[in-house]
Amino acid sequence: MADATLLKQVKDFANRANPYPIYARLRQNPVSLQDDGSPDGTWVAASHGAISSLLGDPRVSSQTLPPADRPRTGNPITDFLIKPIKDRITDHHRPFIFRDPPDHDALRAAVMNQFTRERVQGMRERSDRLVAELLDAKRDARRFDAVDDLAYPLPVTVICELFGVPREDEPQFHDWATQLATALEPDSLTDDDTRAKNSRTFDTIAEYMGSLIKDKRRHPKDDMLSGLANEATPTGVKMGDYDLIATSILMLVAGHETTVNLITNGLLTLLRHPDELEKLRADPARAPRVIEELLRYEPPVQFRTRTTLSPIDIAGVTIPEGADLVLLLAAGNRDANAFDDPERFDPDRKGTRHLGFGGSLHYCVGAPLARFEAEAALTALARRLKNPRLVEDPPPYRPGAALRGPEHLLVAIDGMA
Amino acid sequence: MPADARPERIVVVGAGLAGLRGAEAIRAAGFRGSLTIVGNEPHRPYDRPPLSKHVLTGQVAADASQLPSSLGDDVTWRLSIGAETLDREARRLRLSNGETLPYDRLLIATGTRARPWIHADEAKLRNVFSIRSRDDAASLRATLAAKPKRVLVIGAGFIGCEVAAVCRELDLPVCLIDSSPSPLARALGHTIGAYIGEIHRGRGVDLRMGSEVAHLEHADGRATGARLKDGEVLSADVVVVALGAVRNTEWMTGSGLSADSGGVDCDDHGHVLDESGQPDRSIAAAGDVARFPHPLYGGRRVALEHWGHAVAQAEHAGRLLVGEDLPVPYAALPNFWSIQGDMVVKSAGLTDGADAVAIVQGDPADRRFVALYGRAGRCIAAVAVDSARWLPAYADKVASGAPFPPIDTATDRPLREPEIRDPGFA
Amino acid sequence: MRVSVDLNLCQAYAQCCYAAPRYFRIDGREALFYDPSPAAADRVEIERARLACPVQAIRVQDPEA
Repeated sequence: MADATLLKQVKDFANRANPYPIYARLRQNPVSLQDDGSPDGTWVAASHGAISSLLGDPRVSSQTLPPADRPRTGNPITDFLIKPIKDRITDHHRPFIFRDPPDHDALRAAVMNQFTRERVQGMRERSDRLVAELLDAKRDARRFDAVDDLAYPLPVTVICELFGVPREDEPQFHDWATQLATALEPDSLTDDDTRAKNSRTFDTIAEYMGSLIKDKRRHPKDDMLSGLANEATPTGVKMGDYDLIATSILMLVAGHETTVNLITNGLLTLLRHPDELEKLRADPARAPRVIEELLRYEPPVQFRTRTTLSPIDIAGVTIPEGADLVLLLAAGNRDANAFDDPERFDPDRKGTRHLGFGGSLHYCVGAPLARFEAEAALTALARRLKNPRLVEDPPPYRPGAALRGPEHLLVAIDGMA
Repeated sequence: MPADARPERIVVVGAGLAGLRGAEAIRAAGFRGSLTIVGNEPHRPYDRPPLSKHVLTGQVAADASQLPSSLGDDVTWRLSIGAETLDREARRLRLSNGETLPYDRLLIATGTRARPWIHADEAKLRNVFSIRSRDDAASLRATLAAKPKRVLVIGAGFIGCEVAAVCRELDLPVCLIDSSPSPLARALGHTIGAYIGEIHRGRGVDLRMGSEVAHLEHADGRATGARLKDGEVLSADVVVVALGAVRNTEWMTGSGLSADSGGVDCDDHGHVLDESGQPDRSIAAAGDVARFPHPLYGGRRVALEHWGHAVAQAEHAGRLLVGEDLPVPYAALPNFWSIQGDMVVKSAGLTDGADAVAIVQGDPADRRFVALYGRAGRCIAAVAVDSARWLPAYADKVASGAPFPPIDTATDRPLREPEIRDPGFA
Repeated sequence: MRVSVDLNLCQAYAQCCYAAPRYFRIDGREALFYDPSPAAADRVEIERARLACPVQAIRVQDPEA
């Protein structure tokens, strides 16, 4: 019988720096029922095959957020008239990461329609310049924090510029994004305190986005939010305000909270494999290989949650209807049935069908941005950091188990080229 | 030399996708002896799917689709040369230029050719086309680029539908004609074919289903239109004949192999069979020309004209000839795709013999759906229209022969029982 | 260079279209258009596209490499 406490161990902050041995134990059963304190437990898929299959299974739903339930204020008008309406609106206009087709498909198509190759190409060039500016600012430093000095500001600036969020408003997004990103951590969905904070934050950011959208309608510019607010979607209808708000919040939060981990995990991994750092320095064209391997080896999103609409027979077990499901992407990425010598960081491996961006309908929308931001950052770091050394290994981690990455990554350097 | 000795000379007959991938597999399996590829076209192996799509729209040049390959210089190419006869006793081929070519192992990958128009004299008219080779596609492309007034496509199978869709993309009037009640009816049945037909009709294709062409009308060596069996005459200044394919097996006549216009028979390893049903272990076949027993379909012999199958079976056959131990039987799930304009039709499994079909996801009204086919209570095939990401889930059900219908709910249609319908095969 | 895509595998993730926009494009919802003979000078772009494909459907032969 499988150890049912493994999911608890994954969530345990003490294991944040290296959850992979726990993943290996979970993988001994491709799908297992774990005791995480919830009444019915949580099913965990940990093999590459089971995860791939469940990602594309039409009986697996992404509607995992519990009903909105704003905290009561004590004011009867607010609590009994306004709150139910607001809660209902929130429930009906979830961001599409928490929705199923056909609504998911329509909203996603609207975003993809604005996510044009020209816009993305423009941001690619912009990323290279941003990286150069951010590193120039640390030219004389002897110590460098990969998170604060590069990995956080780069994607944040990119997503804000892409959406047309004014630069001066950007700093307030930091706290909002950190708070809302907890919605991807399973425990936060049931923890009352976190849910209350998330609803307050959502209302604040929604108010901000609402007025920004009004502004984009009055003064459209060449940015994605203007496009979404003013142009018809591929299905011929304009997105309603509530969906527009939820969608843009999703993109902004995702842009704040994920790529930072890819870049930071990337530098950390390269510093732990100095031969690979040197190879990348010598040949920047290796970057795409390095990045695909990083997405396999240290994916920024370690797992996603789902729920089942029908019983599912898989890998010798039956997941019942209505079950909570964790798809442990980072465990599937180290499955020996899918990758030779999976615990080895090897950018030269052939054919990586990694799960770093998930798969099927909900495959990461921002994947192209993440790829070139990471390419810009890692090639520049490899080229410019003189004699980089990790100050602490492992570095301190952020709280999240799902969105997993270092809080800071201090690197001692002899200067910046 | 006996069949179990190490081969020194391997010959691949057929320089298409299957021949190429087979030759690569032979080298990848460690064979270092002489390797010869014989092909009757003058070109190195090229990819055919673009020929009926982006080559016709002019977005890809006809000569641009040469296939990537891992073969090095240690391969002898005998191009513009066909195989004429096969002498299995002496283990040699006679080629169309009179040469003989000895082999220790032979891979048969001669594929198919376009089924010609029923009246040979009309097939020779200057503006009557079929599409099989790169050169066919190049001349049809040049003709379409000259903005003909009306294109007539005879045959509403996959190629016919693709060509009709290309014509609409080029804003050319096009008429698609077939004796079936709907496009793709032979492959997908009338129930699903009717939905596909509506999509084409919506794009401006003039669909003439349930009609048959008796003769092409012509003057001065050019077709001017078609006379239907009911007497109606349709004018056209380009005619595309898309009546499917004929397998290239004539050269095996007299070899003692069990071969006919439906292909050459193979055992479950992939070795060819002689007329008494005994395998010849020095010869394997792959791709469109190979008729093999498929375990998913009760061991019934099928010959599949599918791109993915040509790759998979050729890899299998190549390794087999070099003497590798392989899982028996060869059992890859048949699958194919067709790009019709900007619509993608994909399928897994075979619909043959289906007695039921259900739309299990999406909605034909949105031009986006998955149809699942059942036979005797088991899933046998799935067809996805603009729904590629859902297909693997249903392909798994087909591969495991799951009960039909297998999935009782889906994210886009919770708690909705699929309606089971007659697939409408004639 | 020679490029072919296994369109049985392709699920229109469009990662190739962002990696090598001059050579890959999605028409409609999921119809992939690709150029089977890209310029040798663009091999870095093509390699990016090949590596980024989530289903590893792109095959490349680079006679110069």
